[in-house]
Amino acid sequence: NNENDDDHDGFQPVLFVSLCRNTLLEANVAKLGCSLPPARKTGTTICGVVYKDGVVLGADTRATEGMVVADKNCSKIHYISPNIYCCGAGTAADTEMTTQLISSNLELHSLSTNRLPRVATANRMLKQMLFRYQGYIGAALVLGGVDCNGPHLYSIYPHGSTDKLPYVTMGSGSLAAMAVFEDRFKPNMEEEEAKQLVRDAIAAGIFNDLGSGSNIDLCVITKGKVDYLRPHDEANKKGVRTGDYKYKHGTTGVLTKQVTTLQLEVMDESVQTMDTS
Amino acid sequence: WAPLSSSPHTNSTTIMAVEFDGGVVIGADSRTTTGAYIANRVTDKLTPIHDRIFCCRSGSAADTQAIADAVSYQLGFHSIELDEPPLVQTAANLFKQMCYRYREELMAGIIVAGWDKRRGGQVYTVPMGGMLVRQPVSVGGSGSSYIYGFIDSKYKSGMTKEECLRFTADALALAMERDGSSGGVVRLAAITESGLERSVILGNQLPTFFSA
Repeated sequence: NNENDDDHDGFQPVLFVSLCRNTLLEANVAKLGCSLPPARKTGTTICGVVYKDGVVLGADTRATEGMVVADKNCSKIHYISPNIYCCGAGTAADTEMTTQLISSNLELHSLSTNRLPRVATANRMLKQMLFRYQGYIGAALVLGGVDCNGPHLYSIYPHGSTDKLPYVTMGSGSLAAMAVFEDRFKPNMEEEEAKQLVRDAIAAGIFNDLGSGSNIDLCVITKGKVDYLRPHDEANKKGVRTGDYKYKHGTTGVLTKQVTTLQLEVMDESVQTMDTS
Repeated sequence: WAPLSSSPHTNSTTIMAVEFDGGVVIGADSRTTTGAYIANRVTDKLTPIHDRIFCCRSGSAADTQAIADAVSYQLGFHSIELDEPPLVQTAANLFKQMCYRYREELMAGIIVAGWDKRRGGQVYTVPMGGMLVRQPVSVGGSGSSYIYGFIDSKYKSGMTKEECLRFTADALALAMERDGSSGGVVRLAAITESGLERSVILGNQLPTFFSA
Protein backbone atom coordinates (compact mmCIF):
# COMPACT_ATOMS: atom_id res chain seq x y z
CA ASN A 1 0.00 0.00 0.00
CA ASN A 2 1.68 3.18 -1.15
CA GLU A 3 0.25 5.82 1.20
CA ASN A 4 3.31 8.04 0.95
CA ASP A 5 2.82 8.46 -2.81
CA ASP A 6 2.32 11.75 -4.56
CA ASP A 7 -1.38 12.32 -5.23
CA HIS A 8 -0.50 13.12 -8.82
CA ASP A 9 0.56 9.53 -9.30
CA GLY A 10 -2.48 8.66 -11.39
CA PHE A 11 -2.50 5.24 -9.68
CA GLN A 12 -5.09 4.38 -7.05
CA PRO A 13 -4.81 1.49 -4.54
CA VAL A 14 -7.02 -1.51 -5.35
CA LEU A 15 -10.04 -1.79 -3.01
CA PHE A 16 -11.38 -5.23 -2.11
CA VAL A 17 -13.33 -4.73 1.12
CA SER A 18 -15.78 -7.56 0.35
CA LEU A 19 -13.18 -10.08 -0.77
CA CYS A 20 -12.60 -11.61 2.70
CA ARG A 21 -16.31 -11.87 3.44
CA ASN A 22 -17.04 -13.44 0.05
CA THR A 23 -14.33 -16.10 0.33
CA LEU A 24 -15.63 -16.96 3.82
CA LEU A 25 -19.22 -17.28 2.54
CA GLU A 26 -18.05 -19.45 -0.33
CA ALA A 27 -16.21 -21.76 2.10
CA ASN A 28 -19.26 -22.03 4.38
CA VAL A 29 -21.56 -22.90 1.49
CA ALA A 30 -19.08 -25.47 0.19
CA LYS A 31 -19.12 -27.17 3.61
CA LEU A 32 -22.86 -27.76 3.16
CA GLY A 33 -22.14 -29.44 -0.17
CA CYS A 34 -23.66 -26.71 -2.33
CA SER A 35 -22.12 -24.03 -4.51
CA LEU A 36 -22.88 -20.38 -5.01
CA PRO A 37 -25.02 -19.65 -8.08
CA PRO A 38 -22.94 -18.85 -11.15
CA ALA A 39 -22.83 -15.18 -12.05
CA ARG A 40 -25.34 -14.25 -14.70
CA LYS A 41 -23.39 -13.44 -17.84
CA THR A 42 -24.57 -11.92 -21.03
CA GLY A 43 -23.11 -14.47 -23.49
CA THR A 44 -23.74 -11.82 -26.07
CA THR A 45 -23.05 -10.31 -29.35
CA ILE A 46 -22.64 -6.53 -29.26
CA CYS A 47 -21.26 -4.27 -31.95
CA GLY A 48 -21.04 -0.72 -33.19
CA VAL A 49 -20.38 1.11 -36.43
CA VAL A 50 -19.56 4.73 -37.33
CA TYR A 51 -21.47 5.95 -40.37
CA LYS A 52 -21.94 9.25 -42.18
CA ASP A 53 -24.12 11.05 -39.63
CA GLY A 54 -23.30 9.23 -36.39
CA VAL A 55 -23.03 5.79 -34.82
CA VAL A 56 -25.21 2.69 -34.79
CA LEU A 57 -24.97 0.34 -31.79
CA GLY A 58 -26.44 -3.16 -31.82
CA ALA A 59 -26.95 -5.98 -29.32
CA ASP A 60 -28.71 -9.33 -28.95
CA THR A 61 -31.04 -9.88 -25.96
CA ARG A 62 -30.05 -13.18 -24.32
CA ALA A 63 -28.72 -13.39 -20.75
CA THR A 64 -27.35 -16.77 -19.62
CA GLU A 65 -26.68 -18.35 -16.24
CA GLY A 66 -24.28 -21.14 -17.14
CA MET A 67 -26.01 -23.15 -19.89
CA VAL A 68 -29.52 -21.87 -19.09
CA VAL A 69 -31.12 -18.77 -20.55
CA ALA A 70 -31.96 -16.54 -17.60
CA ASP A 71 -33.54 -13.70 -19.56
CA LYS A 72 -34.85 -14.01 -23.11
CA ASN A 73 -35.22 -10.29 -23.62
CA CYS A 74 -32.73 -8.31 -21.59
CA SER A 75 -31.59 -4.85 -22.58
CA LYS A 76 -27.86 -4.61 -23.24
CA ILE A 77 -27.69 -1.08 -24.63
CA HIS A 78 -27.30 1.19 -21.61
CA TYR A 79 -27.86 4.92 -21.34
CA ILE A 80 -24.79 6.97 -20.45
CA SER A 81 -25.92 10.47 -21.42
CA PRO A 82 -28.39 11.97 -23.92
CA ASN A 83 -25.80 11.69 -26.69
CA ILE A 84 -23.86 8.60 -25.52
CA TYR A 85 -24.94 4.95 -25.18
CA CYS A 86 -22.96 1.86 -24.18
CA CYS A 87 -23.45 -1.84 -25.01
CA GLY A 88 -22.25 -4.28 -22.36
CA ALA A 89 -20.96 -7.86 -22.57
CA GLY A 90 -19.56 -10.04 -19.79
CA THR A 91 -20.97 -10.21 -16.26
CA ALA A 92 -24.46 -8.62 -16.42
CA ALA A 93 -24.27 -7.01 -12.97
CA ASP A 94 -20.88 -5.52 -13.72
CA THR A 95 -21.94 -3.93 -17.01
CA GLU A 96 -25.17 -2.62 -15.48
CA MET A 97 -23.55 -1.07 -12.42
CA THR A 98 -20.48 0.26 -14.20
CA THR A 99 -22.52 2.05 -16.87
CA GLN A 100 -24.88 3.46 -14.25
CA LEU A 101 -22.00 4.77 -12.15
CA ILE A 102 -20.26 6.46 -15.05
CA SER A 103 -23.59 7.82 -16.31
CA SER A 104 -24.21 9.41 -12.93
CA ASN A 105 -20.72 10.87 -12.65
CA LEU A 106 -20.88 12.13 -16.22
CA GLU A 107 -24.16 13.95 -15.54
CA LEU A 108 -22.58 15.73 -12.59
CA HIS A 109 -19.53 16.54 -14.71
CA SER A 110 -21.77 17.87 -17.48
CA LEU A 111 -23.60 20.14 -15.03
CA SER A 112 -20.27 21.37 -13.74
CA THR A 113 -18.82 22.13 -17.18
CA ASN A 114 -22.17 23.33 -18.55
CA ARG A 115 -21.52 21.34 -21.75
CA LEU A 116 -22.77 18.22 -23.47
CA PRO A 117 -20.51 15.35 -22.36
CA ARG A 118 -17.90 13.97 -24.76
CA VAL A 119 -17.47 10.32 -25.63
CA ALA A 120 -13.75 10.52 -24.84
CA THR A 121 -14.61 11.59 -21.29
CA ALA A 122 -16.88 8.59 -20.77
CA ASN A 123 -14.12 6.38 -22.23
CA ARG A 124 -11.51 7.79 -19.82
CA MET A 125 -13.78 7.34 -16.80
CA LEU A 126 -14.65 3.77 -17.74
CA LYS A 127 -11.08 2.69 -18.53
CA GLN A 128 -9.65 4.21 -15.36
CA MET A 129 -12.23 2.47 -13.20
CA LEU A 130 -11.82 -0.91 -14.90
CA PHE A 131 -8.02 -0.70 -14.70
CA ARG A 132 -8.25 0.09 -10.99
CA TYR A 133 -10.12 -3.21 -10.49
CA GLN A 134 -7.49 -5.09 -12.52
CA GLY A 135 -10.00 -7.05 -14.62
CA TYR A 136 -12.09 -8.33 -11.70
CA ILE A 137 -15.01 -6.25 -12.96
CA GLY A 138 -15.99 -8.36 -15.97
CA ALA A 139 -17.35 -5.62 -18.18
CA ALA A 140 -16.53 -5.58 -21.89
CA LEU A 141 -18.16 -2.51 -23.43
CA VAL A 142 -18.88 -0.91 -26.78
CA LEU A 143 -19.21 2.83 -26.18
CA GLY A 144 -20.62 5.09 -28.86
CA GLY A 145 -21.96 8.59 -29.20
CA VAL A 146 -21.92 11.91 -30.99
CA ASP A 147 -20.43 15.03 -29.44
CA CYS A 148 -19.03 18.41 -30.51
CA ASN A 149 -16.13 16.63 -32.25
CA GLY A 150 -18.32 14.29 -34.27
CA PRO A 151 -19.25 10.61 -33.94
CA HIS A 152 -16.97 8.34 -31.89
CA LEU A 153 -16.85 4.61 -31.14
CA TYR A 154 -14.71 2.84 -28.55
CA SER A 155 -14.31 -0.75 -27.39
CA ILE A 156 -13.38 -1.14 -23.73
CA TYR A 157 -11.99 -4.37 -22.27
CA PRO A 158 -12.32 -5.63 -18.66
CA HIS A 159 -8.66 -4.96 -17.87
CA GLY A 160 -8.99 -1.34 -18.86
CA SER A 161 -7.57 -1.15 -22.38
CA THR A 162 -9.53 0.70 -25.06
CA ASP A 163 -9.47 0.91 -28.85
CA LYS A 164 -10.92 3.74 -30.92
CA LEU A 165 -12.13 2.28 -34.22
CA PRO A 166 -14.73 2.75 -36.98
CA TYR A 167 -16.30 -0.66 -36.24
CA VAL A 168 -16.08 -2.93 -33.20
CA THR A 169 -17.62 -6.14 -31.87
CA MET A 170 -17.51 -7.72 -28.38
CA GLY A 171 -18.83 -10.76 -26.57
CA SER A 172 -18.88 -14.48 -27.33
CA GLY A 173 -20.47 -13.82 -30.72
CA SER A 174 -17.92 -11.15 -31.65
CA LEU A 175 -16.08 -13.32 -34.15
CA ALA A 176 -19.27 -14.03 -36.11
CA ALA A 177 -20.23 -10.35 -36.07
CA MET A 178 -16.72 -9.21 -37.02
CA ALA A 179 -16.77 -11.54 -40.02
CA VAL A 180 -19.83 -9.65 -41.31
CA PHE A 181 -18.20 -6.27 -40.67
CA GLU A 182 -14.91 -7.19 -42.32
CA ASP A 183 -16.83 -8.25 -45.40
CA ARG A 184 -19.24 -5.34 -45.81
CA PHE A 185 -18.09 -2.29 -43.86
CA LYS A 186 -17.47 0.89 -45.86
CA PRO A 187 -16.66 4.33 -44.46
CA ASN A 188 -19.39 7.03 -44.64
CA MET A 189 -22.35 4.69 -45.11
CA GLU A 190 -25.94 5.92 -45.20
CA GLU A 191 -28.16 5.33 -42.17
CA GLU A 192 -30.21 2.48 -43.65
CA GLU A 193 -27.11 0.70 -44.90
CA ALA A 194 -25.45 1.03 -41.50
CA LYS A 195 -28.53 -0.25 -39.67
CA GLN A 196 -28.77 -3.23 -42.01
CA LEU A 197 -25.08 -4.01 -41.50
CA VAL A 198 -25.34 -3.92 -37.71
CA ARG A 199 -28.53 -5.98 -37.83
CA ASP A 200 -26.81 -8.60 -39.94
CA ALA A 201 -23.74 -8.68 -37.71
CA ILE A 202 -25.84 -9.27 -34.58
CA ALA A 203 -27.89 -11.86 -36.46
CA ALA A 204 -24.65 -13.69 -37.32
CA GLY A 205 -23.87 -13.79 -33.60
CA ILE A 206 -27.39 -14.90 -32.66
CA PHE A 207 -27.53 -17.79 -35.11
CA ASN A 208 -23.92 -18.99 -34.89
CA ASP A 209 -23.11 -18.47 -31.19
CA LEU A 210 -24.81 -20.44 -28.42
CA GLY A 211 -24.31 -17.64 -25.91
CA SER A 212 -26.33 -15.15 -27.98
CA GLY A 213 -29.94 -15.30 -29.05
CA SER A 214 -33.45 -13.84 -29.19
CA ASN A 215 -33.96 -10.37 -30.63
CA ILE A 216 -31.82 -7.60 -32.10
CA ASP A 217 -31.80 -4.21 -30.41
CA LEU A 218 -30.42 -1.19 -32.24
CA CYS A 219 -29.53 2.32 -31.11
CA VAL A 220 -28.92 4.99 -33.75
CA ILE A 221 -27.19 8.10 -32.39
CA THR A 222 -26.89 11.24 -34.49
CA LYS A 223 -26.29 14.87 -33.68
CA GLY A 224 -29.30 15.93 -31.66
CA LYS A 225 -31.31 12.68 -31.97
CA VAL A 226 -31.25 9.14 -30.59
CA ASP A 227 -33.40 6.28 -31.97
CA TYR A 228 -33.57 3.50 -29.40
CA LEU A 229 -35.06 0.64 -31.43
CA ARG A 230 -35.98 -2.12 -29.01
CA PRO A 231 -36.66 -4.50 -30.60
CA HIS A 232 -35.48 -3.63 -34.06
CA ASP A 233 -35.81 -7.18 -35.31
CA GLU A 234 -37.56 -10.05 -33.56
CA ALA A 235 -35.40 -12.67 -35.17
CA ASN A 236 -36.59 -15.43 -32.83
CA LYS A 237 -40.35 -15.23 -32.32
CA LYS A 238 -41.80 -18.08 -30.27
CA GLY A 239 -43.55 -20.48 -32.63
CA VAL A 240 -47.20 -21.62 -32.42
CA ARG A 241 -47.59 -25.24 -31.32
CA THR A 242 -49.18 -27.30 -34.05
CA GLY A 243 -49.95 -30.34 -31.84
CA ASP A 244 -51.50 -30.80 -28.37
CA TYR A 245 -50.89 -33.35 -25.65
CA LYS A 246 -54.46 -32.99 -24.33
CA TYR A 247 -56.70 -35.76 -25.68
CA LYS A 248 -60.46 -35.42 -26.20
CA HIS A 249 -62.93 -37.28 -23.95
CA GLY A 250 -63.60 -40.68 -25.52
CA THR A 251 -60.14 -41.12 -27.11
CA THR A 252 -59.54 -44.09 -24.81
CA GLY A 253 -62.36 -46.64 -24.76
CA VAL A 254 -63.76 -47.56 -21.27
CA LEU A 255 -64.21 -51.36 -20.76
CA THR A 256 -65.40 -51.55 -17.12
CA LYS A 257 -66.23 -49.08 -14.36
CA GLN A 258 -66.13 -49.85 -10.61
CA VAL A 259 -66.94 -47.31 -7.87
CA THR A 260 -65.73 -48.00 -4.31
CA THR A 261 -66.86 -45.54 -1.60
CA LEU A 262 -64.44 -44.92 1.22
CA GLN A 263 -65.79 -45.78 4.70
CA LEU A 264 -65.22 -42.66 6.79
CA GLU A 265 -66.43 -42.05 10.35
CA VAL A 266 -66.69 -38.59 11.90
CA MET A 267 -64.27 -38.71 14.86
CA ASP A 268 -64.26 -35.14 16.08
CA GLU A 269 -65.97 -31.92 15.14
CA SER A 270 -64.78 -28.50 16.25
CA VAL A 271 -65.42 -24.93 15.20
CA GLN A 272 -62.70 -22.31 15.20
CA THR A 273 -63.85 -18.74 14.69
CA MET A 274 -61.62 -16.57 12.50
CA ASP A 275 -60.69 -13.14 13.81
CA THR A 276 -62.16 -10.85 11.18
CA SER A 277 -61.86 -7.64 13.18
CA TRP B 1 -14.52 -20.34 -30.25
CA ALA B 2 -14.88 -17.11 -28.37
CA PRO B 3 -12.19 -14.73 -27.13
CA LEU B 4 -11.90 -15.33 -23.40
CA SER B 5 -12.03 -12.16 -21.38
CA SER B 6 -9.70 -13.98 -19.02
CA SER B 7 -6.93 -13.77 -21.62
CA PRO B 8 -5.75 -10.21 -21.23
CA HIS B 9 -5.58 -7.93 -24.22
CA THR B 10 -1.88 -7.72 -25.19
CA ASN B 11 0.17 -5.82 -27.71
CA SER B 12 2.67 -8.66 -28.22
CA THR B 13 4.39 -6.63 -30.69
CA THR B 14 7.39 -5.44 -32.49
CA ILE B 15 8.47 -1.91 -31.61
CA MET B 16 11.60 -0.04 -32.59
CA ALA B 17 13.29 3.34 -32.23
CA VAL B 18 16.43 4.78 -33.86
CA GLU B 19 18.32 8.01 -33.10
CA PHE B 20 19.69 10.18 -35.88
CA ASP B 21 21.30 13.59 -35.93
CA GLY B 22 18.41 15.96 -35.39
CA GLY B 23 15.74 13.57 -34.18
CA VAL B 24 14.43 10.03 -33.84
CA VAL B 25 12.50 7.56 -35.97
CA ILE B 26 10.06 5.26 -34.20
CA GLY B 27 8.06 2.36 -35.58
CA ALA B 28 5.64 -0.37 -34.54
CA ASP B 29 3.39 -3.08 -35.96
CA SER B 30 -0.38 -2.79 -35.43
CA ARG B 31 -1.61 -6.06 -33.92
CA THR B 32 -3.41 -6.44 -30.55
CA THR B 33 -4.35 -9.97 -29.54
CA THR B 34 -6.72 -11.58 -27.01
CA GLY B 35 -5.38 -15.12 -26.97
CA ALA B 36 -5.34 -16.17 -30.61
CA TYR B 37 -7.93 -13.62 -31.78
CA ILE B 38 -6.73 -10.32 -33.22
CA ALA B 39 -8.82 -7.78 -31.34
CA ASN B 40 -7.45 -4.77 -33.22
CA ARG B 41 -5.52 -5.11 -36.49
CA VAL B 42 -4.83 -1.39 -36.87
CA THR B 43 -3.60 -0.46 -33.38
CA ASP B 44 -1.55 2.67 -32.91
CA LYS B 45 1.21 1.70 -30.50
CA LEU B 46 3.10 4.98 -30.98
CA THR B 47 1.56 7.14 -28.30
CA PRO B 48 2.28 10.87 -27.90
CA ILE B 49 3.38 11.84 -24.41
CA HIS B 50 4.20 15.41 -25.30
CA ASP B 51 4.65 17.53 -28.44
CA ARG B 52 8.07 16.07 -29.27
CA ILE B 53 8.10 12.94 -27.09
CA PHE B 54 6.52 9.61 -27.97
CA CYS B 55 6.46 6.17 -26.43
CA CYS B 56 6.24 2.77 -28.13
CA ARG B 57 4.07 0.35 -26.11
CA SER B 58 4.44 -3.42 -25.81
CA GLY B 59 3.04 -5.90 -23.29
CA SER B 60 -0.38 -5.59 -21.68
CA ALA B 61 -2.55 -3.07 -23.54
CA ALA B 62 -4.38 -2.01 -20.37
CA ASP B 63 -1.16 -1.53 -18.36
CA THR B 64 0.66 0.44 -21.05
CA GLN B 65 -2.34 2.65 -21.83
CA ALA B 66 -2.80 3.43 -18.14
CA ILE B 67 0.92 4.16 -17.66
CA ALA B 68 1.09 6.35 -20.77
CA ASP B 69 -1.97 8.34 -19.63
CA ALA B 70 -0.48 8.82 -16.17
CA VAL B 71 2.94 9.87 -17.51
CA SER B 72 1.36 12.26 -20.07
CA TYR B 73 -0.47 13.92 -17.23
CA GLN B 74 2.63 14.18 -15.03
CA LEU B 75 4.81 15.45 -17.88
CA GLY B 76 2.22 18.00 -19.03
CA PHE B 77 1.99 19.35 -15.50
CA HIS B 78 5.79 19.43 -15.15
CA SER B 79 6.15 21.22 -18.50
CA ILE B 80 3.69 23.94 -17.46
CA GLU B 81 5.54 24.43 -14.18
CA LEU B 82 8.86 24.60 -16.03
CA ASP B 83 7.42 26.85 -18.73
CA GLU B 84 9.44 25.04 -21.37
CA PRO B 85 9.25 21.80 -23.35
CA PRO B 86 10.21 18.82 -21.17
CA LEU B 87 13.34 16.70 -21.65
CA VAL B 88 13.09 13.21 -23.12
CA GLN B 89 15.16 12.01 -20.17
CA THR B 90 12.48 13.35 -17.79
CA ALA B 91 9.75 11.45 -19.60
CA ALA B 92 11.87 8.30 -19.60
CA ASN B 93 12.50 8.61 -15.89
CA LEU B 94 8.80 9.05 -15.16
CA PHE B 95 8.13 5.82 -17.05
CA LYS B 96 10.97 4.10 -15.20
CA GLN B 97 9.70 5.17 -11.79
CA MET B 98 6.23 3.86 -12.46
CA CYS B 99 7.38 0.64 -14.13
CA TYR B 100 9.90 -0.12 -11.40
CA ARG B 101 7.67 0.69 -8.43
CA TYR B 102 4.82 -1.46 -9.70
CA ARG B 103 7.05 -4.02 -11.43
CA GLU B 104 5.25 -7.04 -9.87
CA GLU B 105 1.82 -5.88 -11.00
CA LEU B 106 2.67 -4.56 -14.46
CA MET B 107 3.49 -6.19 -17.76
CA ALA B 108 4.88 -3.33 -19.82
CA GLY B 109 7.85 -2.94 -22.14
CA ILE B 110 8.19 0.66 -23.28
CA ILE B 111 10.56 2.57 -25.54
CA VAL B 112 10.58 6.35 -24.96
CA ALA B 113 11.86 8.45 -27.86
CA GLY B 114 11.81 12.10 -28.82
CA TRP B 115 13.66 15.34 -29.40
CA ASP B 116 14.62 18.05 -26.97
CA LYS B 117 16.82 21.12 -27.16
CA ARG B 118 19.49 19.91 -24.74
CA ARG B 119 20.47 16.57 -26.26
CA GLY B 120 18.63 16.37 -29.60
CA GLY B 121 17.19 13.03 -30.62
CA GLN B 122 17.22 10.38 -27.87
CA VAL B 123 15.95 6.83 -27.41
CA TYR B 124 15.52 5.35 -23.93
CA THR B 125 14.35 1.81 -23.32
CA VAL B 126 12.33 0.79 -20.23
CA PRO B 127 11.85 -2.99 -20.51
CA MET B 128 9.82 -5.16 -18.11
CA GLY B 129 11.28 -4.87 -14.63
CA GLY B 130 11.86 -1.15 -14.83
CA MET B 131 15.44 -0.71 -16.04
CA LEU B 132 16.26 2.53 -17.87
CA VAL B 133 19.02 2.79 -20.43
CA ARG B 134 19.71 5.09 -23.37
CA GLN B 135 20.52 3.36 -26.67
CA PRO B 136 21.09 4.67 -30.22
CA VAL B 137 18.88 1.85 -31.50
CA SER B 138 16.33 -0.13 -29.50
CA VAL B 139 13.82 -2.87 -30.30
CA GLY B 140 11.17 -4.42 -28.11
CA GLY B 141 8.21 -6.77 -27.98
CA SER B 142 7.88 -10.45 -28.84
CA GLY B 143 8.94 -9.88 -32.45
CA SER B 144 12.19 -8.22 -31.49
CA SER B 145 13.90 -11.57 -30.86
CA TYR B 146 13.84 -12.28 -34.60
CA ILE B 147 15.58 -9.10 -35.69
CA TYR B 148 18.50 -8.61 -33.29
CA GLY B 149 20.81 -10.12 -35.90
CA PHE B 150 19.45 -7.84 -38.62
CA ILE B 151 19.78 -4.76 -36.39
CA ASP B 152 23.31 -5.62 -35.32
CA SER B 153 24.49 -6.20 -38.87
CA LYS B 154 22.66 -3.39 -40.68
CA TYR B 155 22.84 -0.49 -38.21
CA LYS B 156 25.49 2.16 -38.75
CA SER B 157 25.75 5.44 -36.89
CA GLY B 158 25.33 8.67 -38.82
CA MET B 159 22.30 7.58 -40.87
CA THR B 160 19.98 10.21 -42.29
CA LYS B 161 16.29 10.41 -41.47
CA GLU B 162 15.30 8.64 -44.71
CA GLU B 163 17.85 5.85 -44.10
CA CYS B 164 16.49 5.40 -40.58
CA LEU B 165 12.92 5.19 -41.87
CA ARG B 166 13.93 2.56 -44.45
CA PHE B 167 15.94 0.64 -41.84
CA THR B 168 13.03 0.63 -39.36
CA ALA B 169 10.48 -0.41 -41.99
CA ASP B 170 12.73 -3.28 -43.13
CA ALA B 171 13.33 -4.51 -39.59
CA LEU B 172 9.64 -4.39 -38.66
CA ALA B 173 8.62 -6.15 -41.88
CA LEU B 174 11.05 -8.98 -41.13
CA ALA B 175 9.79 -9.31 -37.56
CA MET B 176 6.14 -9.29 -38.65
CA GLU B 177 6.88 -12.00 -41.19
CA ARG B 178 8.25 -14.36 -38.52
CA ASP B 179 6.36 -13.43 -35.34
CA GLY B 180 2.75 -14.59 -35.14
CA SER B 181 1.91 -11.95 -32.56
CA SER B 182 3.05 -9.10 -34.82
CA GLY B 183 1.38 -8.02 -38.02
CA GLY B 184 -1.03 -5.66 -39.73
CA VAL B 185 0.47 -2.41 -40.91
CA VAL B 186 3.73 -0.65 -40.10
CA ARG B 187 3.30 2.68 -38.35
CA LEU B 188 6.26 5.05 -38.51
CA ALA B 189 6.94 8.46 -37.04
CA ALA B 190 9.89 10.83 -37.39
CA ILE B 191 10.30 13.38 -34.59
CA THR B 192 12.53 16.41 -35.12
CA GLU B 193 12.80 19.96 -33.83
CA SER B 194 10.46 21.20 -36.54
CA GLY B 195 7.77 18.66 -35.77
CA LEU B 196 6.31 15.29 -36.37
CA GLU B 197 5.80 13.22 -39.55
CA ARG B 198 3.63 10.14 -39.24
CA SER B 199 3.24 7.53 -41.94
CA VAL B 200 1.65 4.13 -42.46
CA ILE B 201 2.88 1.29 -44.66
CA LEU B 202 -0.01 -1.00 -45.56
CA GLY B 203 0.37 -4.78 -45.72
CA ASN B 204 0.75 -5.05 -49.48
CA GLN B 205 3.31 -2.21 -49.61
CA LEU B 206 5.67 -3.75 -47.04
CA PRO B 207 9.26 -4.43 -48.15
CA THR B 208 9.62 -8.05 -49.26
CA PHE B 209 12.46 -10.43 -48.60
CA PHE B 210 13.23 -14.01 -49.43
CA SER B 211 10.55 -16.31 -48.02
CA ALA B 212 11.25 -20.03 -47.78
